[in-house]
Amino acid sequence: MTILEIVAFTLIKIVIILSLMLFTVSYLVYFERRVSAWIQNRLGPNRVGWQGILQPFADVFKLLLKEDIVPEKANKKLHAIAPIIALFVAFSTYAVIPFGPELQIFNYKIPLVVADVNIGILFVLALTSLGVYAITFAGWSSGSKYSLLGGIRSSAQMISYEISMGFSIGGVLLFAESLRPIAIVESQSGWMWNAIVQPIGFITFLVSAFAETNRLPFDLPEAEPELVGGFHTEYSSMKFAAFFLAEYANMIIAAGLIVTLYLGGWQIPYIDKLGLPSLVETLLQVGAFVFKLIAVLFFFLWIRWSLPRFRYDQLMNIGWKVMFPLSLLNIIWVAILIMIFN
Amino acid sequence: MEEVESKPVKRRTKDLNLWEKIYIPEIIKGLALTFRNIFRPKFTMEYPEVKFEPPASYRGRPVLVQEESGVERCVACGLCSRVCPALAIEVQAAETELEKERFPEKFEINMIRCIFCGFCEEVCPEEAIVMSKDYELAFFNREDALYGKDKLLVPASELEDRIKFLRQYK
Repeated sequence: MTILEIVAFTLIKIVIILSLMLFTVSYLVYFERRVSAWIQNRLGPNRVGWQGILQPFADVFKLLLKEDIVPEKANKKLHAIAPIIALFVAFSTYAVIPFGPELQIFNYKIPLVVADVNIGILFVLALTSLGVYAITFAGWSSGSKYSLLGGIRSSAQMISYEISMGFSIGGVLLFAESLRPIAIVESQSGWMWNAIVQPIGFITFLVSAFAETNRLPFDLPEAEPELVGGFHTEYSSMKFAAFFLAEYANMIIAAGLIVTLYLGGWQIPYIDKLGLPSLVETLLQVGAFVFKLIAVLFFFLWIRWSLPRFRYDQLMNIGWKVMFPLSLLNIIWVAILIMIFN
Repeated sequence: MEEVESKPVKRRTKDLNLWEKIYIPEIIKGLALTFRNIFRPKFTMEYPEVKFEPPASYRGRPVLVQEESGVERCVACGLCSRVCPALAIEVQAAETELEKERFPEKFEINMIRCIFCGFCEEVCPEEAIVMSKDYELAFFNREDALYGKDKLLVPASELEDRIKFLRQYK
């Protein structure tokens, strides 16, 4: 492929991924509202369009028409920058998550990932830790005590759980012997999914992912009964919407990471034995990735409406005294496995 | 006292066994419970299509009882107007050839002021003003909120269960 073709294909992928992300994020909000309603024996929004399918558009238009209020004592610049950082981090992380194997079409081999970076996992960790800045800036610049408390809580929480997250990824990297997301997916061929091989690492990663995305049971940064709205108390209109979208985009990224690292990515076990045409096989595998992603996202929502919020000291206790040792134990377990079978 | 003793003893962290301390089995139990709830029947009443049918004890908008002859029971004594804490009722009495001798020439309830306390109904000696089951009260301007006799008169047959309820419990 010439450079021009590579640029063209990458641009196409960027446009598709970005628009798909925006679309999925808004529908994830709708999905969350429906699922939460079902779990609580309600119906949820089902009025706008068939079964409320147009609800996200109504919500976005409403938010666009709202007045944008900036508190008098806010640090105006940081107040405006914070949601931008949140959105930037949320959308750019997705660039390295592969959603399918190489697509072979018209003699071109197109890898189904925006950027096939050989340090992809490092890139994800680096960018997601930038996300703390968005929340901390938002909390600090609002000039409100509730926002500040929310921001501080979130930074402490994210820093604590990043450690166990990093260590649980360590186990995966030992197996794959690479930081390339595609190589990690390929190392889990057949039923050698990391979730099955290293269940402890899977659980610690899952819990840390919940903490990183500020979802219940770890949504202390925006605990409504104590902190009004947490770090986004003083945000309104599209700035609030930006935080809202970023939160849900982060959920999709966390789900994408879980699928890539632990659930075998796009792979369907033993599909190559069926001898399907390569295009059909590729599409099926992309479908498998989407299916796994949706299943993990449903799990996120399901957990939210099942578990109560942790207290702050319990959160720190679990993070440092349980999750951290467990993720270390997982690395030892993986090392033993490799020593025996290699 | 016996009831207090029969309550289950509160279990603290140290009383839990290892299985419960691992926490994950308990989470799975909770998840199973919420998952089962997804398929249970929903309680939501889809309002404009399905309407709530209130019980006889419901206090909707106050109405005047209209006899089968088409005449209202009200004798325009003005007690409801006196007792109304929100000063929502205005009555103007006039004479009539009928047996009751007095009738309300003008009977007006300001539905913006009405607080649905039901005092008017309670104080009425003639069982002439009762609370109906009508809860759909929306207006586009303040003038529409002034309910005159034309809107207030409701045939007694439609208010039977409320009148029965009043006779039993008032």
